[in-house]
Amino acid sequence: MKRIVILGAGTAGTIVANKLAKELDLNHEWKITVVDESEEHYYQPGFLFIPFGIYSRADVVRPRRDYLPRQVEFILSEIDVIEPDQNRVKLKQDGRVLPYDFLVIATGSRLAPDQTPGLLEHGWRRNIFDFYSVDGACALARHLRHWQGGRLVVNVVDMPIKCPVAPLEFLFLADWYFHERGIRDRVELVYATPLPGAFTKPRASQLLGSLLEEKNIRVVPEFLIMEVDPDANKIRAYDETEVEYDLLVTVPLNIGDPVIARSGMGDELNYVPTDKHTLKATHYDNIFVLGDATNLPSSKAGSVAHFQGDVFIENFLRYVDGLPLLESFDGHANCYIESGFGKGFLIDFNYDVEPLPGKFPLPGIGPFSLLQESRVNHWGKMLFRWMYWNLLLKGKPLPITAQMQMAGKWS
Amino acid sequence: MPTREIAGKTVQVNEEGFLTNPNEWTREIAVELAKEEGVPELTPAHWKVIEYARQAAKNGGKSPTLRQISVGAGVSTKDLFTLFPKGPAKKVARIAGLGKPEGCV
Repeated sequence: MKRIVILGAGTAGTIVANKLAKELDLNHEWKITVVDESEEHYYQPGFLFIPFGIYSRADVVRPRRDYLPRQVEFILSEIDVIEPDQNRVKLKQDGRVLPYDFLVIATGSRLAPDQTPGLLEHGWRRNIFDFYSVDGACALARHLRHWQGGRLVVNVVDMPIKCPVAPLEFLFLADWYFHERGIRDRVELVYATPLPGAFTKPRASQLLGSLLEEKNIRVVPEFLIMEVDPDANKIRAYDETEVEYDLLVTVPLNIGDPVIARSGMGDELNYVPTDKHTLKATHYDNIFVLGDATNLPSSKAGSVAHFQGDVFIENFLRYVDGLPLLESFDGHANCYIESGFGKGFLIDFNYDVEPLPGKFPLPGIGPFSLLQESRVNHWGKMLFRWMYWNLLLKGKPLPITAQMQMAGKWS
Repeated sequence: MPTREIAGKTVQVNEEGFLTNPNEWTREIAVELAKEEGVPELTPAHWKVIEYARQAAKNGGKSPTLRQISVGAGVSTKDLFTLFPKGPAKKVARIAGLGKPEGCV
């Protein structure tokens, strides 16, 4: 029996486990083991809706085991270390050792609020919140329910972050939410970003650039946070720029799983160097890396993990038969962007092609509009939760190709 | 694609003056671009950062973030702001002949 070990049962790990179980003979030839340190699988795109009372915790949490195929072994344990030269993984639980023939690293990305001085002091979860964790999103929901207004600052500590459009979506939804509550005139919305602007790609800037002004959201570009001063309620950048807040919503530094660093396999941010077109680990021939754990210049997003899953399975089946890997991953990502008031955008792009306007997935028909605001896009995003739990995680086919298509786009 | 002459070499640039092909970059070009970015002289400390950034972009496929430069080149973020005042991520990228740091939209 050959053994595949999958580290991480998040979006990428779960999709891969399901696809492998479907394709491989698990009775005679292969054994698949999945390891994760927690029992709960989160629908992370749903975190965004929790602060505004649209979703609750119950909408975004399910047992991981329910989404893994029955024939794979699931081990609940922290991972101690990966020893790629020995082809084995050591677990924390009972010092268990898992030898492997092939390893799939899908350990994702973590929040590291401890890397910003002042963030975790007495302001934390009092007037400083995050919405990238279920606990943070729920705590923020409780806080917003009774908040009477003031200056709400959204700050991204540094790139890359998971779901890079979520901070903007948060601001758009906040604009809508405070309108609904009748206190928008008492709320100032500020976006402090390390990037040169809220939109940085030419077509998106051209088509969406005025959106922040229309919604009265002030952008502080190139703001690289040095520290939070929770006594003065200020964030301070390295260039001494200061922004005062009444309510700070932080997107903490994102880094790869600490096990990657412990195993000496990561880059400066604990992400694993990965071939951008084949998903094989750069330095190891029997290790593949999927989802947020890679150092790829693609977005850290569930859609990317999904497309990678499609590419990986095809490549893996070739690889075990001795054929060379195909360079077929193109960095494809596909993201809904909530814009508030029951509307949304959709963007579809890859390594080389920036988000362009058009119709998706059927060229000329849609029903979704790319880079344009529509109600249908919003409903797409809301329906997506059902698709995620019932189709995507289980590796069932969706009517979207793994590679980005130019048909239907206007360049 | 517009071109311009820098340090005696014609190179392709985008609307914001970033080189679009990192292979056209030379050290002489870096010196000229640095002057335009308000860095009159490139010291060994500057070069360490520039060379790291070029290597990181080659490996990772995009301009490194400040956090990455800071950890990877072993220069504190505060020092990066001293070396390349006001917006080191963008300035390092431009001087090193790399693309502007950007998001997905």
